[in-house]
Amino acid sequence: MTSAPSTLSNQPPEIIGLTAKEWLQKNLFNSWYNTLLTLGISALLLFMLKRLISWAFTVAKWDVIPANLPLFFVGRFPIDQYWRLWVILGMIAILSGMTWGFLARNSRTLFDKKAVISLGCVGILAFITPIPIVFRFLLVGILLLFVAEAWGAKIVGNYQPLIGKWLPFSWFLLLIICVWLIGGGLGLKVVQTNLWGGLMLTLLMSIISILLSFPIGLILALARQSSLPIIRILSTIYIEIIRGLPLITILFMGQVLLPLFLPDQVRPDRVLRAIIGLTMFSAAYLAENIRGGLQAIPRGQTEAAKALGLNTPLTIGLIILPQALKISIPAIVGQFISLFQDTTLLAIVGLVELLGISRSILANPKFLGRYLEVYLFIGILYWIFCYGMSVASRKLEKQLNTEHK
Amino acid sequence: MVNNRKQNIPLLRDDRFWRIALQVLVIVIVVSLFALLGGNLTQNLRQTGRNFGFDFLNTSAGFNILDSLIPYNPTDPYSRVLLAGLLNSLRVMFFGIILTTLLGIAVGIARFSHNWLLRQLSFIYVEIVRNTPLLLQLVFWYGVFVQLPPVKESLRVLNSIFLSKQGIFMPWPSGIQGIIGLGVLVICAIAAFIVDKKRTRVIVEQGESGQSQFIILAIIGVIALLTLTVGLNWQSPIFNPTTNNIEGGLRLTIEFTTLLVGLVVYTAAYIAEIVRAGIQSVPKGQWEAARSLGLKSSLVMQLVVFPQALRVIIPPLNSQYLNLAKNSSLAIAVAYADVYNVANTTFNQTGRAIEVMLIIMGTYLSINLLISLGMNQLNRTVKLREQ
Repeated sequence: MTSAPSTLSNQPPEIIGLTAKEWLQKNLFNSWYNTLLTLGISALLLFMLKRLISWAFTVAKWDVIPANLPLFFVGRFPIDQYWRLWVILGMIAILSGMTWGFLARNSRTLFDKKAVISLGCVGILAFITPIPIVFRFLLVGILLLFVAEAWGAKIVGNYQPLIGKWLPFSWFLLLIICVWLIGGGLGLKVVQTNLWGGLMLTLLMSIISILLSFPIGLILALARQSSLPIIRILSTIYIEIIRGLPLITILFMGQVLLPLFLPDQVRPDRVLRAIIGLTMFSAAYLAENIRGGLQAIPRGQTEAAKALGLNTPLTIGLIILPQALKISIPAIVGQFISLFQDTTLLAIVGLVELLGISRSILANPKFLGRYLEVYLFIGILYWIFCYGMSVASRKLEKQLNTEHK
Repeated sequence: MVNNRKQNIPLLRDDRFWRIALQVLVIVIVVSLFALLGGNLTQNLRQTGRNFGFDFLNTSAGFNILDSLIPYNPTDPYSRVLLAGLLNSLRVMFFGIILTTLLGIAVGIARFSHNWLLRQLSFIYVEIVRNTPLLLQLVFWYGVFVQLPPVKESLRVLNSIFLSKQGIFMPWPSGIQGIIGLGVLVICAIAAFIVDKKRTRVIVEQGESGQSQFIILAIIGVIALLTLTVGLNWQSPIFNPTTNNIEGGLRLTIEFTTLLVGLVVYTAAYIAEIVRAGIQSVPKGQWEAARSLGLKSSLVMQLVVFPQALRVIIPPLNSQYLNLAKNSSLAIAVAYADVYNVANTTFNQTGRAIEVMLIIMGTYLSINLLISLGMNQLNRTVKLREQ
């Protein structure tokens, strides 16, 4: 008898739903100026939508997209070597499936509603993409591989939580294998870097640059916080100069000035010079992000570590950095997203990454003047990647926030 | 003796030794790196037969630029074309910062609107703009603007603003009277600001109605309105069918408009997020307390919430202004003659990579320094003054 009230109180308070009419009244028509505003905005939106739809179905010529699909994704990569890229895609699907399954090993369902919907969308997209039917099946197969691996890793992860330790290492290994498969050598046909392009080049450059800039940024951040004056000053000068300059001037430095400062024999190629420029740039910004994390650690932590008898390198490595990096992860992901967007600037210095290849497609007399179609298409591509990453980073932030629960 | 031995820490475990050794090591590495690079540089320069120097600035540039605030022709020296480029850059930055602040604050506050549609619209705008690259947005706007019709069939808004491939034409104050009118407007704005501040103070501190100040404000408003309508000697652009051109008024080139619109739209999305975070950082109790004092909801925002939010807003706002200033260098993608674009052409013609790079670095670093100084000053005025 006493159990009845307790079960009642365990239930959350009932949410009083609004009927459609009440909702409209509350959110759109609650005063005369809001009514006016609602009507005005709706009229404007409808007008724009109508213009957009009529443009998209009558004026726009979308054939430029399917005709150049391989260019957008992989640039001028030799067609007979495409199998290498398919292998890469398959390996990425396997490894990300494993990572997904491993991360979800403790949750009830492997894919929540949103994930199922996005997977479905990807599947349908893969099947309607205007490429030979074999490749469509290949894409769907890779997607199924991802799902299967996720399912397998979820089960295995429950028995063997230790495989989690191997995942970051496998990702790193995968990156090296990818670079080898794309570039060739060691038994594979060499593909010169001037044939790398499209989305593949964008992703490759941003990932390599952020990985390289992470240790440099870490050292710069520690140096800027250091009590040794010379190290602090040097690091501050570097960070402030780089942050005071537009990225395009640093890329210009990388492309034009760098060869002047190197001996005659050393002539790094275009992609490498671009990566050096991007790394120099994002290291300074990463350093500031990490410094923010370092500053958020209370002094008591250092003092406690000192009191335990740890020396400075150990204090930093074991006590300060693990906490500081955890705090700065969202900022680091944000930096990666902006670096991903900033790779577009390489189009100005003549690389054919996603924007660069689009500009060269637009220079083709056959597709002259199709700016809006092409830019909308690659805009959607960029948007999907950046939005996906920002959603993932928000999720990560929530998972890492273990303090106030 | 005993004391001495106790102090005798082994060198390798002495903290002081490591502190000095580490710094010496860093200095040695940096100096030798610079020496190595410098040596390579002199050798490379000698091989190409160039010596370092800024003499080339006095030679004739020989290329034309579309926009220029100062009279310029291609026979002028490089120093002049670089100056014109610098002025063009400053023009974009100046108007860009003003417009993006207005748009950003409006979009940021719209996130707190009672209107669902407006809230969603502001949210969608921010999510679209922040997740696509700026350069892509710029070339997209350029793609939009170059598809405008030629002058003959230009789009007209109220028969006074013309949108065409050759540029955007709009009415503009002209002659001496226009300048005087602008001066009057500025004076009106300053006077209105002072009177309004006084009115708020009188109402808040002395509990008066503030009616007399309100009358003064109204008079200032009438004067400003009169100046705005008739005092400025507006000159409208007029289409001249014989020369097939639009004459009079203000002409903005497509390149300038593209860059300005692109930068403003992009930066405003970031500013909107900053404004939103700033307003959210004001504790709920402040809203409630202000309302319980009987303030109207617009006054709650103006007098209580926004001044407190400003403290959170201004430091990140500064870095957005710096970003806008730096991003204006993307002008090169839309062929607007800003300082980077001009310097790049100068480099292509003269091959003076080091000198041109030094000029660009100096320019952007000093512009950034100026913006930072101004914003720090502003920050000091809104900072919490604790007794």
